[in-house]
Amino acid sequence: MGKYIVRRLLQMIPVVLGSTFLIYAMVFAMPGDPTAGKCGERACPPAYVKEFREKYNLDDPLPVQYGKYMGNVLQGDLGENQYGIPVAEDLRDRFGVTGKLASMALVFQSVVGILAGILAGLRKGGFIDNLVIVSTLFVISIPIFVSGFVLQYFFGLELGWFPVLVGADATFYRLLLPAMVLGSLSLAYIARLMRTNIAENLGSDYVRTAKAKGLSNRRIIGIHTLRNSLIPVITFLGYDFGALLGGSIVTEGIFNILGVGGYVFTSIGNRDGIAVVGAVTVLVLVYLIVNLIVDLLYGVLDPRISHD
Amino acid sequence: MFGRDKHTAEQDDTHRDDTTRDTTGHDDANREEPATVVKGDPIAKPDVPPWERQGEQLLEVRDLFVEFHTSEGLAKAINGVNLTLAEGETLAILGESGSGKSVTAQAVMGILDMPPAKIPSGEIFYRGKDLLTMPEDERRKLRGPEISMVFQDALSSLNPVFPVGWQIAEMFRKHRDMNRSDSYDQAIRLMERVNIPGAKERVKAYPHQFSGGMRQRIMIAMAIALDPKVLIADEPTTALDVTVQAQIMALLKELQEEHDMGLILITHDLGVVADVADRISVMYAGRIVERAYVDDIYAAPAHPYTKGLLESIPRLDQKGQDLSAIGGLPPSLTRIPPGCAFNPRCVMAQDVCREESPPLRDIRPRRQSACHFAEELLDD
Repeated sequence: MGKYIVRRLLQMIPVVLGSTFLIYAMVFAMPGDPTAGKCGERACPPAYVKEFREKYNLDDPLPVQYGKYMGNVLQGDLGENQYGIPVAEDLRDRFGVTGKLASMALVFQSVVGILAGILAGLRKGGFIDNLVIVSTLFVISIPIFVSGFVLQYFFGLELGWFPVLVGADATFYRLLLPAMVLGSLSLAYIARLMRTNIAENLGSDYVRTAKAKGLSNRRIIGIHTLRNSLIPVITFLGYDFGALLGGSIVTEGIFNILGVGGYVFTSIGNRDGIAVVGAVTVLVLVYLIVNLIVDLLYGVLDPRISHD
Repeated sequence: MFGRDKHTAEQDDTHRDDTTRDTTGHDDANREEPATVVKGDPIAKPDVPPWERQGEQLLEVRDLFVEFHTSEGLAKAINGVNLTLAEGETLAILGESGSGKSVTAQAVMGILDMPPAKIPSGEIFYRGKDLLTMPEDERRKLRGPEISMVFQDALSSLNPVFPVGWQIAEMFRKHRDMNRSDSYDQAIRLMERVNIPGAKERVKAYPHQFSGGMRQRIMIAMAIALDPKVLIADEPTTALDVTVQAQIMALLKELQEEHDMGLILITHDLGVVADVADRISVMYAGRIVERAYVDDIYAAPAHPYTKGLLESIPRLDQKGQDLSAIGGLPPSLTRIPPGCAFNPRCVMAQDVCREESPPLRDIRPRRQSACHFAEELLDD
């Protein structure tokens, strides 16, 4: 197990280097002037351009530029964005909000999705099953920017149960509605995945054995069926959490949440290369670590997967 | 192999009146002095085996019907099966796939999925109590401590995500309220009993870490954990290779004698049956078509289907000859042919076979067959 983790961590190094290099190259080596549009309507003064090019080593060959940038990153310096604010500081705030939102969405989608899936799978073809199938189909077919606005209008404006916008003060209560919107799509997939697994495992030989052992229904479903049915769902949840941590441009946009997705989006719009590369570097790391945790968890849940 | 004399039905004149309930007798003592057996009153003789005595049956299935409601229509899986099983007796149920042998076993166990399965009529008595009318919770508590089952494919029948010891120990924890460490001790004891080497070290291993034979031993350990009175083994050796098959059968026989269990052995392998079983019921299309003592059936089958099955066993003394097989396929259970269900495949079929379904009837002492021409077949 320990060996496996070390091996996986070592594997991350080339992945991080490769992906960040690609992003760096795309941001800084693309045709076009990196300082264009930085000074409003006018062209930037030559002194500013010179300073900018020197600061980010833009006159060096690309690999050298990248090498110098990564050197700084390793020392914890992600550079400053175009407003002179350290990117690391920005990202800390933004990741705080996104992490909170992602966790809430994850809890919401897993609890509701798994429960709905169990109830549906236990009585395949029954009322709850049909209800779950139809409602999840409904959720899956509606794009999130539609459901987001509809729920915001309905629960935020009409009923007034939730704040319409989140803004700078991202409290639990304010993030509740956005988290539900964000988690709704995955919830639908989880419910369907769980339903299929439960229904399939209920017909499996080991569940028949559990019945033959004279176990109570509760134990047959709660222990013998559930554990096996959860394995694929946990995998899905893990990868989905990684994606959620990348931020969501649409949901953040609708509810005015100052998260990672919006940060990357505006930085790209502003051609703020340093901010984009910094944010993406962190995102790659987060995604890799979440993936590692999911894989380890998978081995714990399913003893047939060996990490030796 | 297990110390029983060979005999044929012709030599046997022990007979009971209610043989329709499959309580025909078989004992070596009877064969030595057949004249002393009082006809119709086997209880009078003390050394009659338990399954010959009246009113002492461990398990009794009466007129059982099971049907499945499928998209293709009503599949009649079991059509009036009668069985009895006594303590210490081994009853083999023989038949092709789809003959209803596994469904019978699952109906007895109470683990049929209902729906789609339905039991429109029939009774299953365990020690005089009807399992089918019993509250489900009461019946559930019999599964494990009283009636237990070993399945065909041990890899899929064991839960892949729990250690084998945990799965055996679960029997003690749930039925006997035993604590964790005591129940694990029991699991180790049972694993040792079924000859798993290094039981103590392997109690925490998972099913996929065992070989096929070892996994089947674990299934058996789990099934006998609470000393059940009835053990149903549903093709316990089908998924195993031949040498392991023999070991598993020997183990089952040994455990049966040790605990004086009634054993129902479901199989399509006549070779497995010969050594182990006392009596055989041959099933076809959800009905019992022949019922006899194991030696009788091997000496002279009284149903063309049984005959076909016996002829399809490869034999060392008939090397080089073509192996005969029963032509055709078992009928679809949604469209069982009229008359005798076997008639389309039967070499002896006459017009009467296509019109009239032959009842299971006594043709010889302690022998029953559901064939219009059973006597002709026996006289051949």
